[in-house]
Amino acid sequence: MATKLSIWRKIKNRIAMTMAFLAMAFGLFWLFWILITTLDLGIASLSLKLFTQMTPPPGSEGGLLNAIVGSLLLVSLGTLLGTPIGILAGIYLAEYGKHTWLGRVTQFLNDILLSAPSIVIGLFVYAIYVAQAGHFSGYSGVVALAMLVIPVVIRATENMLLLVPNPMREAAFALGAPKWKVIVKVTLRASAAGILTGVLLAIARISGETAPLLFTALSNQFWTLNMNGPIANLPVTIFKFAMSPYQDWQQLAWSAVFLITMGVLTLNIIARVMFRSSKHT
Amino acid sequence: MPGLTTQISIRNFDFYYGKYHALKNVNLDVYGRKITSFIGPSGCGKSTLLRTLNRMYDLYPDQRAVGEILLDGRNILDRNVSVNELRAKVGMVFQKPTPFPMSIYENIAFGVRLHERLSRVEMDDRVEWALRKAALWEEAKDKLQNSGMSLSGGQQQRLCIARGIAVKPEVLLLDEPTSALDPISTMRIEELLNELKEDFTIVMVTHNMQQAARVSDFTAYMYLGELIEFGVTDEVFVKPKMKATEDYITGRFG
Repeated sequence: MATKLSIWRKIKNRIAMTMAFLAMAFGLFWLFWILITTLDLGIASLSLKLFTQMTPPPGSEGGLLNAIVGSLLLVSLGTLLGTPIGILAGIYLAEYGKHTWLGRVTQFLNDILLSAPSIVIGLFVYAIYVAQAGHFSGYSGVVALAMLVIPVVIRATENMLLLVPNPMREAAFALGAPKWKVIVKVTLRASAAGILTGVLLAIARISGETAPLLFTALSNQFWTLNMNGPIANLPVTIFKFAMSPYQDWQQLAWSAVFLITMGVLTLNIIARVMFRSSKHT
Repeated sequence: MPGLTTQISIRNFDFYYGKYHALKNVNLDVYGRKITSFIGPSGCGKSTLLRTLNRMYDLYPDQRAVGEILLDGRNILDRNVSVNELRAKVGMVFQKPTPFPMSIYENIAFGVRLHERLSRVEMDDRVEWALRKAALWEEAKDKLQNSGMSLSGGQQQRLCIARGIAVKPEVLLLDEPTSALDPISTMRIEELLNELKEDFTIVMVTHNMQQAARVSDFTAYMYLGELIEFGVTDEVFVKPKMKATEDYITGRFG
């Protein structure tokens, strides 16, 4: 009896494990296909010109310098604008508004914002900024990207602060520390690595966002640092060049895809390593 | 006993968690530079009582205290009493060690900086003084800049004691300070408490009756939110006045 039962359990165990393994393999298959294609076509067209020349008109030589610099500008300014707002709102949710009506509403709205399609954000910024200003601009792109950063950072900050054990908070209060000092010196510090990981993941997310930039920063064939006008960036350049009939543009699009993929991959790895090492201290 | 001074007087004290009446008409004197233990079964209110002595319950809006707790003749439940100043006078150590995510040195300096402005040299002296008092100096003196979390559990708890006394409080509250520690670490902390009572008034909650008997000068037995018996530890343990206390101490119940 007992052996029969244990054999049946073993069989069930095997079935469950096989199904889980197949599901994992199915997911990884596409991921590796995408990665290999990107590497294959991206590396083929990798050259120094990418980093020294501007995006060309069809049929002539060129690189991606203006798009790379534009992307760096948009992503870094978007992060700089979104991160402090996200962290402060996350602090509010975890340390002040936990059981309040406003806290619950904010949390609910943030959940919606977190899963909102980025094209909706792009259209929203188009309506309130670009349409009012009358022209596309880098600044409107920064606003759109910041709006994508904020919910990610809010969620990361809130979750990491909630992981700080309550006795640690009480211990800081028990020494006679005012609340803001408990937060700044103790709980924020205890969750710093986790919050930073969240910020890195937010950067990784906005690095590849195309839709919000299509309606805001648009693109620019030429070199510019003027954030008040349309500015070149990698995602929209990929969108434009990949859809074109010109071979050399398509080649450049693959190079841009390669650059973004590598950048995002590196950010993700750094985030993971940082988060893991923080758990061991 | 001669030379006793009353440090804290708890008078007609009631405590509520929302509508739940957790402490009922508690009257108790805590004597200066002595160790007082609160014992009793889980949920009897001993931790609740301890946490009113530094107004820890202030953090939670649905908790409410009624009555008087006099510290140096002043009612600390009074709204005008600054909680942060009160907590400088009444320190607390928790059940699980709670080192802050910073260096050993900073763990101790953190509390001191809240209440005093010290020069670098004075702060170094204070950190050393607190670590010596907490019997941690010899183990920690070469790694003051290491994270407080890198210490062992027993060392972390002594760090928390050092952090508490560095502020130079009058009273030190300990909420089951050894229940998360191994027997050797527990013994070291008990020895330490005996030395600390030269300088501080100590109030301790413990689940361990032997510990209360070993360490404390006075013992309060609580049950279902009421103070059943309070007296000199030897008398409470050897010839308790109340039948309920005897039943608990002899293990017939609890």
